[in-house]
Amino acid sequence: MKIDRRSFIKSAAATSAVATATSLFPGISFASWKQLEGATGMIRWEKAPCRFCGTGCGVLVGVSGDRAVAVKGDPACSVNKGLCCVKGYHSVQALYGKDRLTKAQVRKNGKMVEVPIQEALDIIAAKMKETIDKHGKDSVAMYGSGQWTIPDGYVASKLFKGCIGTNNVEANARLCMASAVTGFLTSFGVDEPMGCYEDIDYANVFITWGNNMAEMHPVLFSRMLAQRKRRNDVTIIDFATRTTRTSQASDKSILFKPQTDLAVANAICYEIIRNDWVNWDFVNKHVSFHKGKTNIGYGLEDKFKFKDKAEGIDFEQFKTFLKDYTPEKVEKMSGVPARDIRYLASLYGDPTKKVTSFWCMGMNQHTRGTWINNLVYNIHLLVGKISTPGNSPFSLTGQPSACGTVREVGTLTHKLPHGVVMKPKARELAEKIWELPAGSIDPKPTYHTVAMFRALDRGDIRFMWIQVTNPMVTMPKLKRYRDGALKEDRFIVVSDVYPTPTTDVADVILPAAMWVEQEGMFGNSERRTQHFDEIVPPPGEAMSDTWQIIEVARRLGFEKQFPWSQEEYIGKIWEEYRRFHDSPKHNMAPYKVLKARSGVQWPFVNGKETRWRFNAKHDPACTSGEDFHFYGKKDNRAWIWARPYEPAAESPDQEYNFWLNTGRVIEHWHTGSMTRRVPVLHNAMPSAYVEINPEDAADMGIVNGEMIKIISRRGEVTMPASINGRGVPTRGQVFVPFFDEKYLINEVTLDAFCPISKQPDYKKCAVKLEKA
Amino acid sequence: MPVLAYIVTPRSGEKNKLLKELNAMQHCEALSADNADILILVTDTPDKETEKQLEKQLNKIESMESLSMTFGYNDELQYKGEGDGHEDR
Ligand code: SF4
Repeated sequence: MKIDRRSFIKSAAATSAVATATSLFPGISFASWKQLEGATGMIRWEKAPCRFCGTGCGVLVGVSGDRAVAVKGDPACSVNKGLCCVKGYHSVQALYGKDRLTKAQVRKNGKMVEVPIQEALDIIAAKMKETIDKHGKDSVAMYGSGQWTIPDGYVASKLFKGCIGTNNVEANARLCMASAVTGFLTSFGVDEPMGCYEDIDYANVFITWGNNMAEMHPVLFSRMLAQRKRRNDVTIIDFATRTTRTSQASDKSILFKPQTDLAVANAICYEIIRNDWVNWDFVNKHVSFHKGKTNIGYGLEDKFKFKDKAEGIDFEQFKTFLKDYTPEKVEKMSGVPARDIRYLASLYGDPTKKVTSFWCMGMNQHTRGTWINNLVYNIHLLVGKISTPGNSPFSLTGQPSACGTVREVGTLTHKLPHGVVMKPKARELAEKIWELPAGSIDPKPTYHTVAMFRALDRGDIRFMWIQVTNPMVTMPKLKRYRDGALKEDRFIVVSDVYPTPTTDVADVILPAAMWVEQEGMFGNSERRTQHFDEIVPPPGEAMSDTWQIIEVARRLGFEKQFPWSQEEYIGKIWEEYRRFHDSPKHNMAPYKVLKARSGVQWPFVNGKETRWRFNAKHDPACTSGEDFHFYGKKDNRAWIWARPYEPAAESPDQEYNFWLNTGRVIEHWHTGSMTRRVPVLHNAMPSAYVEINPEDAADMGIVNGEMIKIISRRGEVTMPASINGRGVPTRGQVFVPFFDEKYLINEVTLDAFCPISKQPDYKKCAVKLEKA
Repeated sequence: MPVLAYIVTPRSGEKNKLLKELNAMQHCEALSADNADILILVTDTPDKETEKQLEKQLNKIESMESLSMTFGYNDELQYKGEGDGHEDR
């Protein structure tokens, strides 16, 4: 049957509506539509991971000619089994916004003018060379993203760390996952979760720690709800600072005062020990106890330095440390009733219950982010509920490849694709694989993200290339960093798909290929690498970020390191990168396996994926002969840490009397530069707002929709009030989502960070409110 | 030439009536779920103006409870979010 293009688009529109209806009304059937769809034979469906979050749902992209027109969930993908959220279903429309960047632009006499992309690439290479000659190799920097594909991040690291010899490579995952990484490294010695999403099918108790999964990880949340419906022994507890859709859907919502999660976690351990719910067999065999430095600061000053020092302690010392955290004492600090703390402890302590803890930004964007990650591991380790189906402390990821690209490839200042720059062996391996002379890689890390933008402001960095991210919306204490980027002799290159406040500060804009307009791989929260083909061509002169970097690298004289042709570069890069992880602890699947499947979990050993790490039944890297083997640490044990409660960098006082918390909404991806161009998503959530507790609003005489000025010591922003809206903060707290560039909430936030992970705390600073 | 898709909920007991009504309207094609009171509507109009008119007409239909858009496509005029901040620059 021959069908014209118009009929096809209509068919795609109906397909999309049917897919959405299927997600809204499980079990719904449209038999007449299926017959029609089958008869037309017009839809070519190609697999890809979703572009819009770290869950990593598999999608099938419906293609008409050279245009992506529909999306449905991939039933072959174990992550989502055919389901998507609203962002996923509408993701292809984000490719076709009217103001898509399709041509390169260069600033000439203060104005951006379009130029052929090859000319723009010449200018970038020349400027990099000139800057290095004048100011040294550490004056040029690359700032990437957890939305970089794995090859994007790999070639960035190879060019900057290997060829140029500067460790000025960072990515926005520093702002979202760094505390998770340092949490894993300090507790287990290796990064990324031991469990996988299959834990959801086995757990009896789910505890969400400051994690609004119903909006941020909706597909995983619906898997949890489906389990609760199917089995009668499933309980969901939401432990948070604000009432959200997650709290509403949970069996119990427990609210705590910002920052006191540290104290509550310790109180849970106190109760577990007091009731002798400790799994002694597990603890004696697999756990060791440690303490680190305290009063560790907040990184508010330039050139702040901190290095933790671990000191071994014994169980009795740990028990003594916990004496400050009785449920009664912690109730006073946290506002959580002692009986609720005991209840949480009893859930973790009950040997008949399997417990999964989920967290994401609430714990990571925290000036003690590493500590709170450690503390939740402490709970699971004390009761031995870890690395077995359903027993899982599970750090979720926000971005589609924060794990795959930033954490695994190591696009952070101190990292290499395997190991850290400080270790001679790691440098030697990289220099060998990259065919570089010995000594090419600098052994000293340079700047983490906040420090990198401070260095740009000071002038220690003069050239910065920003790819797939929007720091002029997302940097905390934004004004300082925007002013820095705009200084006279700074040169900023931005590769992106739409105009943003970051392209506004650019000297060169490169049009980038987006998602399935290029071949690539993402790596999701559960160690799953997901390949996608170039399914549709990029518009105009848009080019993949990987290829942009290769073009510049060749212009700088590194043809030998970047020899691949455009037809085969992704496969070749993958096979080169894979050599870094050649061990049972991290083996990655070969390129042809990745191409064939809807994602493959690493370690991939002898053709088998590893579901639960450190568990001898599942993980081939376990060699101790015991049931568990925590091989990441030299003592072959997981580490429990005594980490105290310490206050936030800035707390409300008489003048600035509210906490400010920031975050996301289900409809929009991060700064909204893509999702705000999708009509359904934009119409559903057209504008940001400030959530105010109804009693606070009543005290101040604020009504819904009224314009409110939010003022901090750094800046101010005026936006409409939302009272009893989607989320309700506790008294004395306000919440603002950051997707809307009309209201730049990061003018107000504070650039304090966790001294260990260097991840800023976007969840806590002090503000005051005024009627505008 | 906008093509839009909607999920449509009929008023109680009026699914078949609504299906007929929608299919009788110009620029509209509707199909029905077999096991739920839900319809899918695809509209295909020659221009934005006609699309707006049609939307008004749709909103007047008595047997319709609610209408929510799930898909928008326009060959000539790609969507640019209203008030997305870029007009100001
Ligand atoms: S949950 Fe995340 S990965 Fe899944 S469809 Fe939604 S945005 Fe995409």
